Amino acid sequence: MNAVSNEAASKGAAIDIDGISKFYGSFTALEKVSLRVEPGEFMSFLGPSGSGKTTTLNLIAGFTDLSGGDIRLDARSIGHVPAHKRNIGVVFQHYALFPHMSVAQNVAYPLKQRRVGKAERTRAVEEALRKVQLDSFAHRYPSELSGGQQQRVALARAMVFNPSLLLMDEPLGALDKKLREVLQLEIKRIHRELGSTFVYVTHDQEEALVLSDRIAVFNKGRIEQVGTGQALYTAPQTLFVGQFIGESSVLRGPHRSAGGETVLTVAGTTLAAPGAARGEGAQVILLRPEAVMVQAPGTGPQEGRSNILSGVVREMLYLGSAMKYEVTLADGSHVTARTPTQGAPFALGATVELAWRPQESVLLADDGSTAGH
Amino acid sequence: MTRFRPGRLLLQLSCLLIAIWLVAPTLVVIPMSFADRKSLAFPPQGFSTQWYANFFANPQWFGSLVVSLKIAAMVAVVATIIGTMAAIGIERLKTRAGGIIRVLLLTPMIVPGVVLAVGIYAVYLDTRLVGTWTGYVLAHTLLAIPFVVIAVGANLAVFDARLETAAASLGASRLTTFFTVTLPLILPGILSGALFAFVTSFDEVIVSLFITSPQLKTLPVQIFSSMTRDADPTVAAVGSLIFLATTLIIGLGLIFGLRRRGA
Ligand SMILES: Nc1ncnc2c1ncn2[C@@H]1O[C@H](COP(=O)(O)OP(=O)(O)O)[C@@H](O)[C@H]1O
Ligand SMILES: [Mg+2]
Repeated sequence: MNAVSNEAASKGAAIDIDGISKFYGSFTALEKVSLRVEPGEFMSFLGPSGSGKTTTLNLIAGFTDLSGGDIRLDARSIGHVPAHKRNIGVVFQHYALFPHMSVAQNVAYPLKQRRVGKAERTRAVEEALRKVQLDSFAHRYPSELSGGQQQRVALARAMVFNPSLLLMDEPLGALDKKLREVLQLEIKRIHRELGSTFVYVTHDQEEALVLSDRIAVFNKGRIEQVGTGQALYTAPQTLFVGQFIGESSVLRGPHRSAGGETVLTVAGTTLAAPGAARGEGAQVILLRPEAVMVQAPGTGPQEGRSNILSGVVREMLYLGSAMKYEVTLADGSHVTARTPTQGAPFALGATVELAWRPQESVLLADDGSTAGH
Repeated sequence: MTRFRPGRLLLQLSCLLIAIWLVAPTLVVIPMSFADRKSLAFPPQGFSTQWYANFFANPQWFGSLVVSLKIAAMVAVVATIIGTMAAIGIERLKTRAGGIIRVLLLTPMIVPGVVLAVGIYAVYLDTRLVGTWTGYVLAHTLLAIPFVVIAVGANLAVFDARLETAAASLGASRLTTFFTVTLPLILPGILSGALFAFVTSFDEVIVSLFITSPQLKTLPVQIFSSMTRDADPTVAAVGSLIFLATTLIIGLGLIFGLRRRGA
C-alpha cells in the first residue's frame, strides 16, 4: 500500500511542547508554556477567549513563528519546519474550504500535494467522505452545503492523508447546539478509528469534558493545569481552574492552620478544609453544588457533614431528580447546592443550614478569579 | 390608468435628453463614415463604403491598427503581471508603508497626461526610446498599472487569506498555494485589470503623440494626425468600427457574466 494508507493510521504522534513563548511586540500572548501530549491522546485546550489557545495551536501547526522554546513531534524538532512540511492536519472554525473546488477536489487537495496517484487518490477520497457520511456529496460545491456539512468536509480533508496529529480550533464554534452534540460524537468516533493524536481547542468546558482524555486549562498565556476532566473537577490546583470547570461556590475569609487542616472563618462560622494553606496569601474554599446538603436549621452535623453555615434561600430550581438552591449567607456571598429531592422542599426566603464534609472543601489560594466563563 | 404626473414626465424627459447627449457624438460618427465626398460635414452627403475600404487598404491606417493591437496586448500582459504582484504585495504589507506604496502606484492616474508625456519624452530622447515598441509598451504600462492595482486590489480585499493557511496545512508550498488557491480566486480581478490595461493602451493618445515616429504610429495618433492634416472620413469609419467592436465585446461580456452569476 501507499505512504498515505493504513500503516501510519494506527499511530498517533507524541508532542513535546518545550517552554514556548510568543510575543507580539511588547505583548506576551504565550509565556514559557510546556506540555506533553501522548501518542493517540485526545487533548483539549480549554480557556477563556484570548488565553493563548489558538496561538499555541498555530505554533504547533507552523502558522506563526516561535518567539522562544521548541516543539517536538515524535522527538523530532519541528519548531522551524515550514507549515506545509509538518504533515499535520488542521480543522478551522471557519471551515476554510476552497470555494472554487468541489467537495471531492477539496478532499483530494492534500493527496495531490503528496503526489498520490489518481486511483489511490479516488479511493482515499471516497473512504474519507464515507467516514464523515458525505459520500453522496462529492460533486457539490462548498456553497451548496450547510455549515455542519462543510465542517465534515473540512474534517475529511484534514484526515485523508492520515496525519499522525490532527489540530482543531473550535471546529464546532459556528454551529448550533444540537448539531454540535452530533458532531462531537462523530469526532470522538473518528479519533478512535484513526488512532491519531488530536489537539482540540474550545472555550466550552462541557465540550472539553465530553471529548477529551486530558484537558489543558489556559489562562492569560499560561497553562494553569493539565489533567483528566475528573482530576480538574475534583482536584483543581488553582481557583481559576476550579471555577472554569463545572459549577462551584467560593467562600472567602481569614484562615489559620489547625493540625493537618486549615480553618477558614466565613460569615462568623469556622469551616475546616483538608491540607495546609496554599502559599502565603488569602485562601478560599471551593465547593461543588452536589457536595452541599441543604437541611432544616438546627439539624446539625449528620454523616460527618461538620461544616455548617446558615443562610437564606434566594432561588430554587426543580430539576426532576434534584433540587438546586441558591443560598445567601450572612456576609452576602452565595452558595449553590444541589440535593436529591426528598420530602418537602424549602421555600424561598426560608432560613436553612448548609452542611458538607470537610474533605469536600477544596482549599485554594485566592487568585482573584471570579466565576463566569 | 396611472394618474398623469408632471413631475414624473419631467424626470423621464430629462433622462432621455441626457442619454441622447451622451451617445450623440458616437451616433454622429456613423452616418459621416458613409459620406461619398471627402468631407467631414454633418449631415453627410450621398452614400458610399469607400472609407471603410480605404481603412483596410491603406497601410497607414490598417498598419496603425495592428500596431495598436500589438502594443495593447503586450501592455495588458506586462501591466497585469506587475500590477497583480504589486497589489498582492500591498495587501500583505498591512502597514503604513503599504498605503504609501499604493498611493505612489496610483499617481499615473492622477498626474495630468501632458505632464507625464513631457517627462517621458525627455527621458526617451536620452535613451533613444522614441518611436520604438519598447518605448510605447513601457509608457502605456506605466499608465495601465494603476487600473490593474485597483481591480486586483478590490478582489484581494474580499479574498479570504485564511484559505492560504489552510492550503499550507494540507502540504502546499507558497508557490503551489498561489497557483491553486489564490490565483483562481482573484482571477476575475486580474481579468478585468487586464481588460482595463488593454483599453488604456489602445485608447492612449497624449503620451503616444509625444513619443510617436513616422515608422511606428498607433491608431489614435494616426487618427489625430489625419484630422489635423485633412478632413478624411476614414476617421469616421475607424470610429464606427471601434464602436461596433467595443459594443460587441461589452455586450458579450455582460451576457456571459450574467449567465455565470445566474448559474
Ligand atoms: N497577530 C496578533 N497580533 C497581536 N496580538 C495577537 C495576535 N494574535 C493573537 N494576539 C493576542 O494574543 C492573545 C491570545 O490570542 P489567542 O491565542 O487567539 O487566544 P484564544 O485562542 O485563547 O482565544 C490575545 O490577547 C490576542 O489578542
Ligand atoms: Mg482562538
